[in-house]
Amino acid sequence: MSEFLELAGGNPGRSGHRLSVAAGRIIFDARQAVADLFNVADPLRVIFTPNATHALNLALRGLLRPGDRAVCSGIEHNAVMRPLRALERQGVQLTVVPCAPNGSLDPAELARAVIPGTRLIVLAHASNVMGTILPVGAAAAIAHSAGALLLVDAAQTAGVLPIDMPALGIDLLAFTGHKGLLGPPGTGGLVLGQGVDIAGLEPLVRGGTGSQSQRQEQPDDLPDKYESGTPNGVGIAGLAAGIRFLAQRGVESVRADELALARALIEGLTAIPSVTVYGPADLDQRTAVVSFTIAGWRVSEIGQRLDDEFDILCRVGLHCAPAAHRTMSTFPEGTVRLAPGRFTTLEEIRRTVEVVREIAEV
Amino acid sequence: MVGVFLFHTTSAAFRAEKLLKDAGLAVKLIPTPRQFSSDCGIALQLDWSETERAQSLLADVALEHAGLHRIS
Repeated sequence: MSEFLELAGGNPGRSGHRLSVAAGRIIFDARQAVADLFNVADPLRVIFTPNATHALNLALRGLLRPGDRAVCSGIEHNAVMRPLRALERQGVQLTVVPCAPNGSLDPAELARAVIPGTRLIVLAHASNVMGTILPVGAAAAIAHSAGALLLVDAAQTAGVLPIDMPALGIDLLAFTGHKGLLGPPGTGGLVLGQGVDIAGLEPLVRGGTGSQSQRQEQPDDLPDKYESGTPNGVGIAGLAAGIRFLAQRGVESVRADELALARALIEGLTAIPSVTVYGPADLDQRTAVVSFTIAGWRVSEIGQRLDDEFDILCRVGLHCAPAAHRTMSTFPEGTVRLAPGRFTTLEEIRRTVEVVREIAEV
Repeated sequence: MVGVFLFHTTSAAFRAEKLLKDAGLAVKLIPTPRQFSSDCGIALQLDWSETERAQSLLADVALEHAGLHRIS
């Protein structure tokens, strides 16, 4: 990021001078890093956006027209549900397939909802509330057999689970830079698989791209069709650094480390009698995001005590995902959510469990 | 004598630069000469003798260019 500010700092694509070219090259390297991470052959099919929400809006509002049918799961984040509900008011037909209380989605139920004429299946790769991993590979097969596309919200899983887009059959993948990819906030993107015909994907924002400036119409070329206006070059440089760090260590290794922490956290919390832990018991079916409640305690009080007295930072409430909380019957109170990452230590997890026990047993 | 490839987007020019450099070709990004395009942006310059190989490398990955020009 400081390299971008100190040595580049030009506006990529707007000029041929050396600083503009240096900035453009940094952004291209980031595009290549994202493409490599998700095993996408063409880096020009990586569209940078300010965050995953923007990427999801681009995909949903760019693809769906009145009369189209879309199918999503019952645990989607509001970054998916709010655009979908707005599109529904404009004539898009939406089917929400319920999930089990632990967040899992039965592919057979999904298949029943995907009737001929369905344009799009939208799935969170994993729940942001209880960590449940949804069956995106099975969903891709279901989508493709019905002539539909699969959009995956990978906000929770990019950099956390290995994601091979062609192997899984994912057509569109929305990601954020500031979570598992270890980048700064204000970065994210939408990756388009080879099966997505961009003629059918309208841009969300139109404007200057630095290309085809003689035309007043938006260019049709990737990635410029979807990247108008000055990009967040500093942030994208940081995102590339995060992905390079991750690639050195390997996503599988990060996954193994996080699961070890999640196992200790879940086992520790589950052993406390008044604590309820949500999500699948099988660690292979989940990420390290762990939601819990303590009988008799408001989640806001637990969160405040963890922060004020113990320096443990968590997020309490509904986590922008009311659908997930209804699924696990924690609506409207919500849960306390802990999310160990690759820089969390086992010692910190043990201490957290002891602290929760202390709160629960007073 | 050099050849100059034009591209529809700067991202495509950077992709071509990486691809051709990785294949061992001596390429250089230059500001697009005004006589070739009313567009702003960058172009890729290389020795004319290597343009045929470059074209085939770009075609291998279906990377579209917006014209190849010869400058003496």
